[in-house]
Amino acid sequence: MTLELRQVALEVGGETHIHPTDLRLERGGFNILLGTTRAGKTTLMHLMAGLERPTAGQVWFEGRDVTGISVRRRNVAMVHQQFINYPSLSVFENIASPLRVARMARAEIDARVREAADLLKLTPMLGRRPDELSGGQQQRTAIARALVKDADLVLLDEPLANLDYKLREELREELPRLFEAKGAVVVYATTEPSEALLLAGHTATLHEGRVTGFGPTGALYRAPGDLLTAQVFSEPPINLGRVEKRGGRVALAQDGAALAEWDAPAALSEAADGTYTMGLRPHFVQPANGSGLPEVEGRVLVTELSGSESVAHFELAGQPWVSQAHGIHPFEVGLTARFALETARAFYFDGAGRRVGS
Amino acid sequence: MRYLSWLVPTFYILFLLMPIYWLVAMSFKTTNEILGGFSLYPQVWTFDNYAVIFTDPSWYWGYINSIIYVSLNTVVSVGVALPAAYAFSRYRFLGDKHLFFWLLTNRMAPPAVFALPFVQLYYAVELFDTHIGVALAHCLFNVPLAVWILEGFMRGVPRELDETAYIDGYSFPRFFTRIFLPTIRSGVGVAAFFCFMFSWVELLLAKTLTKVAAKPIAAIMTKTASSAGYELGLLAAAGVLTIIPGAIVIYFVRNYIAKGFALGRV
Repeated sequence: MTLELRQVALEVGGETHIHPTDLRLERGGFNILLGTTRAGKTTLMHLMAGLERPTAGQVWFEGRDVTGISVRRRNVAMVHQQFINYPSLSVFENIASPLRVARMARAEIDARVREAADLLKLTPMLGRRPDELSGGQQQRTAIARALVKDADLVLLDEPLANLDYKLREELREELPRLFEAKGAVVVYATTEPSEALLLAGHTATLHEGRVTGFGPTGALYRAPGDLLTAQVFSEPPINLGRVEKRGGRVALAQDGAALAEWDAPAALSEAADGTYTMGLRPHFVQPANGSGLPEVEGRVLVTELSGSESVAHFELAGQPWVSQAHGIHPFEVGLTARFALETARAFYFDGAGRRVGS
Repeated sequence: MRYLSWLVPTFYILFLLMPIYWLVAMSFKTTNEILGGFSLYPQVWTFDNYAVIFTDPSWYWGYINSIIYVSLNTVVSVGVALPAAYAFSRYRFLGDKHLFFWLLTNRMAPPAVFALPFVQLYYAVELFDTHIGVALAHCLFNVPLAVWILEGFMRGVPRELDETAYIDGYSFPRFFTRIFLPTIRSGVGVAAFFCFMFSWVELLLAKTLTKVAAKPIAAIMTKTASSAGYELGLLAAAGVLTIIPGAIVIYFVRNYIAKGFALGRV
């Protein structure tokens, strides 16, 4: 099954919410929409579901134009970030609701609801009301309702965002398994790059209503096509620096003075001389250890130590930079520290934000 | 000091209940005893006052009239307010905020202002002295109130609930009656309660717009006081019976009202 957006755009009151978008989402594996809050993930889902009608473009499903068809006539299921259940109905009736509306036979409804409840460990709760359940169970109920329907298109809008850490881990592992067998096109929205990487599948990065990049999740992460995609797909935020390329050398410069210099990589050496933006993920910025990598000096602003990881925010050439290193490194806030840059892993973006060599 | 802490609330409640006790006590006294002097409780118990009310049609029809138009008004007000409140809570349209505020300003004028136009209009369209006439007149201030209350409750229901229902395949009418109404039933309860209450205690319009056929109990009470001299025991009994419907309704919605206050709309 395939969901295809062809030049789909949405304008509300003269304001562009979604820029013309082309996307082709296949079944099997999750299709992840990655972007910050208000990037347009939910709106795009509404357009896919038919809850909202695009002001331009078409939505195709299975080779059929479904643009003007209301959501009721499409076979769609959706799970929201807030735990949305029908408060007046029991958990059983909540899960059965789409089947009841479809006038399915009583015995079949019963069998399907019990199967879904079993998968989501809700069997003892079937007689209760949603507000008597814990947050995790409420969201499981919503997921079960999406599951029983055998929908062609399943939209999961940050379904784990409001859950605590442990439940989130647990459900994240279960979700792909639950929907795998269903043969639906599954779309999953998240704000967290790490979640996208864990879920794999395909990822589309969104920024201010625009799809900036789309591809297999790992490939998109390793080789983002442009600056925005790299920025959206990095947490902590990707470090950016202005670099000057002269001949075969690249220099990270501030006010004309080079802070660090290194050989241009193959992709960049073929590009014209001039100013580029370098993007370097935080875990490629390590405390200096004399390994011969280009080193820079920056004033440490904030440090965060977790059990096995040190994160230091520092200032470099007027830009906020982040270093993310394994082990405990004692950084003193307010003092300068030296950092080594794994420049071989850096991305270089031209003036238009395109990655050089992409 | 601590063991005296029950004292203040006790006195407070006694103080509040004093007039009600006095009314109830009076209703069981003869008029002579009431006028004769000060007595804390009836010296001679009498049920004659109640007997008069339950046997004399000019009395008990007052109650029936009141209950008819109050119930009509509650049904009409809430019925009209439900779709209006839904629109205010879910859609944005031209002038929605102004319209919402204007609804409230309808409550700012005293009902007396509307008495004259209503009488004139009702004679013309033959609504004068009918139950539905009084019920419609009371809609003037009850519909805005119900819209205001219901909108608060509906706003508390996330829009995603509507979306989920449409995705599940519900049509709008089915969603509204099967899912949405049960979800905000406490709001409907609170709105109905306030409509009932305000219609029940409103005297001026109800009295002005009726003559015989739909005359409310409160109007009959004032009439008796003027024509038949001082039948204080009878009036007290009528007063006690007038309190009862309100008390019953309060009992049923007592839990919801706290929620209504919490939402800041009551």
